[in-house]
Amino acid sequence: MSRPYNDPDQMLKMSEHPEGLSPDEMRVVGKRVPRLDAMKLALGKPAYTDDFTPPSVLHGKILHSPHAHALIKRIDTSKARALPGVHAVLTWQDIKPVRFTTAGQSHPLPSPLDTLVLDSKVRFVGDRVAAVAAETPEIAEQALPLIDVEYEVLLAIVEIEDALKPDAPVIHDEPDCSGFEGVFQPQRNLAAHFAAEAGDVAGGYAEAHRIFEGEYRVPQVQHVALEPHVCVTWLDEDNRLVIRSSTQVPFHVRRILAPVLGLPDKRIRVIKPRIGGGFGGKQEILLEDICATLTLVTGKAVRMEYTRAEEFSAARSRHPQILRLKTGIRLDGTISAMTLSLLATTGAYGSHALTVQGNTGSKALALYRCPNLRFEMDVVYTNRPPAGAMRGYGVPQGLFALEVHMDEIATELGLDPIEFRRRNWVKVGDVFPLAEALGEGRKGFPNPLRSTGLAECVERGAQMIGWGRRHDPEWHSMPGKTHVRRGLGMAALIHGSGIPGIDMGGAYLKMNDDGSFNLMFGATDLGTGADTVLAQIAAEVLGCCADDILVYAADTDLTPFDKGAYASSTTFVSGGAVKKAAEKVAAMIKNVASRMLETPPETLRLEDGRVIAPDGESVTLREVALESLHVVDQHQIQAAESHMSLMYAPPFAAQFAEVEVDMQTGEVRVKRLVFGIDCGQPINPDGVEGQIDGGMAMSMGYGLCEEMLFDKAGTLLNGNLRDYHVFRADEMPLIERFIVPARDPSGPFGAKAAAEIPTDGVAPAVVNAIYDAVGVRLRQIPVTPERVWQALQRSG
Amino acid sequence: MDISLTINSEDRRISIQAGETLLEVLRRLGYAGVKHGCEDGSCGVCTVLLDGQVVHSCILLAVQVEGHDITTIEGIGTYDHPHPLQTAFVEAGAVQCGYCTPAMILVAKALLDENPHPDEAEVRETLSGVLCRCTGYLKPVEAVLRVAQGGD
Repeated sequence: MSRPYNDPDQMLKMSEHPEGLSPDEMRVVGKRVPRLDAMKLALGKPAYTDDFTPPSVLHGKILHSPHAHALIKRIDTSKARALPGVHAVLTWQDIKPVRFTTAGQSHPLPSPLDTLVLDSKVRFVGDRVAAVAAETPEIAEQALPLIDVEYEVLLAIVEIEDALKPDAPVIHDEPDCSGFEGVFQPQRNLAAHFAAEAGDVAGGYAEAHRIFEGEYRVPQVQHVALEPHVCVTWLDEDNRLVIRSSTQVPFHVRRILAPVLGLPDKRIRVIKPRIGGGFGGKQEILLEDICATLTLVTGKAVRMEYTRAEEFSAARSRHPQILRLKTGIRLDGTISAMTLSLLATTGAYGSHALTVQGNTGSKALALYRCPNLRFEMDVVYTNRPPAGAMRGYGVPQGLFALEVHMDEIATELGLDPIEFRRRNWVKVGDVFPLAEALGEGRKGFPNPLRSTGLAECVERGAQMIGWGRRHDPEWHSMPGKTHVRRGLGMAALIHGSGIPGIDMGGAYLKMNDDGSFNLMFGATDLGTGADTVLAQIAAEVLGCCADDILVYAADTDLTPFDKGAYASSTTFVSGGAVKKAAEKVAAMIKNVASRMLETPPETLRLEDGRVIAPDGESVTLREVALESLHVVDQHQIQAAESHMSLMYAPPFAAQFAEVEVDMQTGEVRVKRLVFGIDCGQPINPDGVEGQIDGGMAMSMGYGLCEEMLFDKAGTLLNGNLRDYHVFRADEMPLIERFIVPARDPSGPFGAKAAAEIPTDGVAPAVVNAIYDAVGVRLRQIPVTPERVWQALQRSG
Repeated sequence: MDISLTINSEDRRISIQAGETLLEVLRRLGYAGVKHGCEDGSCGVCTVLLDGQVVHSCILLAVQVEGHDITTIEGIGTYDHPHPLQTAFVEAGAVQCGYCTPAMILVAKALLDENPHPDEAEVRETLSGVLCRCTGYLKPVEAVLRVAQGGD
């Protein structure tokens, strides 16, 4: 089969959405349509996974490892099994060993297959040892300590730098783990190793007037979705396994679990109800495998829900990294060569190890124009809780390093940080030199940038924050508070819109008697407002209101495939499928109306719930529906479509921060945040703003206070919401944001992504603002008062 | 054991297990608007009103509320007659994943019942009892202020 993947024009043709409407002609897209499901949730109606628990459900609980690295020498479950009300106790001895990955991604899986449902070796404090199903949660809890386990404790690796030492213990020494050749080197504790180069890097450094190097460190942090991981499984009346789960990836869950459970895919149905926040943590098979196994063993419905303590110690987290940047600068202040080398840990399992870190490189090296680029990464196993997908997917790490590095270079060159960035940032027509090498575990698709609103985001943002005050020494000091200094900082940002050439979403649309429509898709609204956004896209094409679109998602039995909610792809990819399906349905509606109005279909337009002829005559959508379903040439007006894009359509943004630094205590207070986003055409501005607000709050935590801390034995020290601080309503600064809609021809109605980019910028902007305030450069986050105070002491 | 209490203005006699929390009992009885987020009263999503006061149902034993008046999100509005705060949260775009929304609305209701016209700092202080990872609190604060400033 020939694939037109090397011809940019063909690629655009496959991916683009020809525009029929200018922004001011649109009636639903671009409007602040209230979320379709908001009232349901505000009233507290049952909507989430745990709101529909079948009667006589069993409750599953996990016995977690107290050791960071150990072999299970002996395990005796007889006392636990004897406890009245206990229906099953499972250990590794009861499980067929099929290695899989908990990372929910497309086939072929880019994460190593290094995980068992239950294993005879434990690799982090919190790893699974055994699982119990009992009639009440209390009985299940009581059964756990009755399981008698004898461990042979092994040497553990807790610090990233220790994993590659020649005498380091091997964490995945099992012969049956597997991964991409050359990338996966478990005998060296490497979950992923990768390097790529474009242009002539050595030549680029030789050409440089000056070379700058810096090392940056970012922490392991938690998603803290308010709804914990939760899952209910049962065998239905056809003896099929039903998994109802708060998952971002129902189709990946079915496909990945089928061989693990020893069932054909067709005997598994995965249902995603409302999700109570995910942030990437639910792009992970965390409970479904063990819950389903307990159902298969007992024949009964089983419910499992993590506690908050388990969320911290035994869920997933953001990969911590040590990033090194080396940048060559020509005399004119442009970049001649850049290298990003990073060392990260994926913890005990390789979930998203290759692709998160690959994305660090593919975004951090794509923001500034430079023909000579090198990217190298080592992602090591350690005996820490596993990392995984988390909102931003490697980019908050990369852009923290890059944007602090750029600020340092600007300072050294004596240039305004904005002016230095402006000389270097990418422009329309630029092709990212590493696009082909960094394609999420396969070959990527280089094609030119077609839209950017970055310059406008930066200009307007600078004006709003009062960037000129940076040059006013008086403004930096606080009257009457000599120990407090003020500063301004910024960061330029880039992200992605889906994964080109991999992500695919499907949509199905049918018309009802009253002229309303059912819209079904596999995409998963995890709180982002995706259901409403996709309904708006359909409504715009069909000339009706968003609430005439009845959304159902997602269910592997009932809805078309979608790879799920990740990579900022739902609007861009799944939205493309919805738009195409709606266009097909619109054409069918026009055909019926054409006969009714005796007017050629191509002259008709859909508007306000009617089909309108050029002479003003019209029929309602209801009349068309009744005609098509009941009267003449009866047929169901319906269409199914899918969409995949090969295009490079990154959103851009500018993040500004104003801070106050207390030089006596090291405390940093963020006073104001300004964020300008180019997400192309915003489908729902309320939704975009919501993404910005929440993303900035998360990035502020990343920069200022969030960090999972471990003792030397690998035990998490702050695994609760009192010791691990998440910002609250009264701690938030003044927030201002604006949208610069640089429409991109490859997105539906010119839309690009908005979901992840707000998570990328507060941390570097705050660190740059601290430098502006007190002249101290921090290269490690979070910038806790202790770190700031120590840096101030060092600087004298 | 059995206890008597009022839930959403309805007098009820219910059977509970020793050691059961109010959260567990309410969810078991079908009050799905009361959510589980942690087990130590630190996230606030399990908030209900006890005699009009904000409490965390995950750290209250059901037996402790014998004879008291409990209000859950289900008790303050319906599709036909939503509470003004419910309408404001929907219209202001303050509902994202929605998991903390009932708790946010209940703490705001308790505030407005005491102080119908709070300023932004008071609203923020009140909402600080509920963690939210989606909204950055901006639109929820706007929603409460809309009700506080709208002529009631």
